[in-house]
Amino acid sequence: MKSGDKSKRLKEFEEKVNLIFRETDCVEVLKKALRGDPRAIIKEIIDSGLRGRGGAGFPTGIKWKGAAEAAGGNKCVICNADEGEPGTFKDRRILDEQPDKVIAGMGICARAIGATEGYIYLRGEYTFLFSKLSAKCEAWNAIFKEKGLNFRTSVRSGSGAYVCGEETALFESMEGNRGEPRNKPPFPVTIGYSNLPTVINNVETLAYTTMIISDGPESFKSIGTKDSMGGKVFSVSGDASVKGVFELPLGMTLQEFVDLFGDSDTKAVQVGGSSGTCVPRKNFADTIIGFEGVPTGGSMMLFNSSRSMYHVLKNYLEFFEEESCGQCTPCRVGCQQLLKGIEAIRSGERPLSYLERLRDLARVMSIASKCGLGQSLANPFNSITQHFREEICY
Amino acid sequence: MMNLDSTVTVAVKKFGAEREQLLPVLQYVVSKEKWLSEDTLAEVARVFDMSAAEVYGVASFYSFLDTEARGEYVIRVCRTISCDMSGKEAIMEALQKTLRISVGETSSDRKFTLLETNCIGWCAEGPAMLVNDEAYTNLTPEKVVEVLQGYMNRT
Repeated sequence: MKSGDKSKRLKEFEEKVNLIFRETDCVEVLKKALRGDPRAIIKEIIDSGLRGRGGAGFPTGIKWKGAAEAAGGNKCVICNADEGEPGTFKDRRILDEQPDKVIAGMGICARAIGATEGYIYLRGEYTFLFSKLSAKCEAWNAIFKEKGLNFRTSVRSGSGAYVCGEETALFESMEGNRGEPRNKPPFPVTIGYSNLPTVINNVETLAYTTMIISDGPESFKSIGTKDSMGGKVFSVSGDASVKGVFELPLGMTLQEFVDLFGDSDTKAVQVGGSSGTCVPRKNFADTIIGFEGVPTGGSMMLFNSSRSMYHVLKNYLEFFEEESCGQCTPCRVGCQQLLKGIEAIRSGERPLSYLERLRDLARVMSIASKCGLGQSLANPFNSITQHFREEICY
Repeated sequence: MMNLDSTVTVAVKKFGAEREQLLPVLQYVVSKEKWLSEDTLAEVARVFDMSAAEVYGVASFYSFLDTEARGEYVIRVCRTISCDMSGKEAIMEALQKTLRISVGETSSDRKFTLLETNCIGWCAEGPAMLVNDEAYTNLTPEKVVEVLQGYMNRT
């Protein structure tokens, strides 16, 4: 495709959604939510089909319903702004350009579940947004009070630990502890931050809830596919002809995506960040971007034929080895051994067949690790070593 | 009159000494002093009524809560894949050459510390780095030297 056609097509796709960065009177949306019954809000969110946009894809309305039904007077809404997945930066732009939509979403959630306190947990790397967001929270606290909603929000800061994006590790961090994930169950909707029933949603998810209340669930559902309703904000990086943040409908094939963003030499796309899956060129046409195919928190990293997939995998493994919290053995030891293993194959110290043992180890980690960090490492490891096996040793 | 309060005292006045304020207090101290010394950790432990080992355990978990001496400007260059592919190595060379220090070191005038860090969320505009809280993107070896000059000229 010519670059002019490409940007025209990209525009068409973007116009199909246009929710997150569209100017919206968020105070009006909040007022609309406050007029109705809290249960009606939850019903609209369930009807919209919205699933969590942080990566795990849990149905948002069901989460809210769980917290609404949980026993306890004090409840909590947390916006997970600990965006640390390599290749993901869309939440930074949403927080920078559309903070009202996010905080209004927190207020709508508070109304739906009966929460009185809210927090935005902002990753330490985004500290430059801290004072702006704090001021926004103060402004919204005044709006909540004026509209009769007993709910206050503030910003808390992370300090450079990827694992704190895991919801229970995030609670531990907010409580003043090492950010080590908890066992689940109990789930946050019954026992979350400070033992309170807690809804924790990604930045983008909360912004979408505001738009669902604004436009109605039907309008949201009309975008995307049966299993992946609505839009999604993508972070595009790597060997791409256009890079940045784009809001597109879910359910595109990876081929359509590569046609829009690729540099005409794309050999693989890492979908969902370094904990996601690496899809090789031969599978582009059959791979759907969405919950029925490859789900993604939005990170799309493109690699062209000049890149060594050994180097890519090694970079991921170095990342995980450092970010593993060290609490559970499968993840702590597994991350180290996978890294040492591919280095040994590369240097000739181990035969290529050793890769099978490493792939088994990754599978064990996916079963035995305590949280998503160790569990998901098999995604990149096994997809890269399956599709680019020869690149590991040469 | 000179303010004799320690940074920890100021932080505790601002945030309180409830356990959930431990991170905000440590973050505040790091924002002022760039790192947490043994004395600082012991003082925090006293005020929070915790063991020093536990405070250290929390602090050492977080890569931005440094427990080693750092310079006035802490440079963190992103080493994750997108920045790596867009030329992070050349940026590191330019920084090391200009500052005459290696990764993990602090310049002898205690002005700069050079570190590598994991993804900082500027993947489409790499190579990228943080200098304290400030992000610098689309770096080139020339641009990074200019950025450094700007900090060197600050008094």
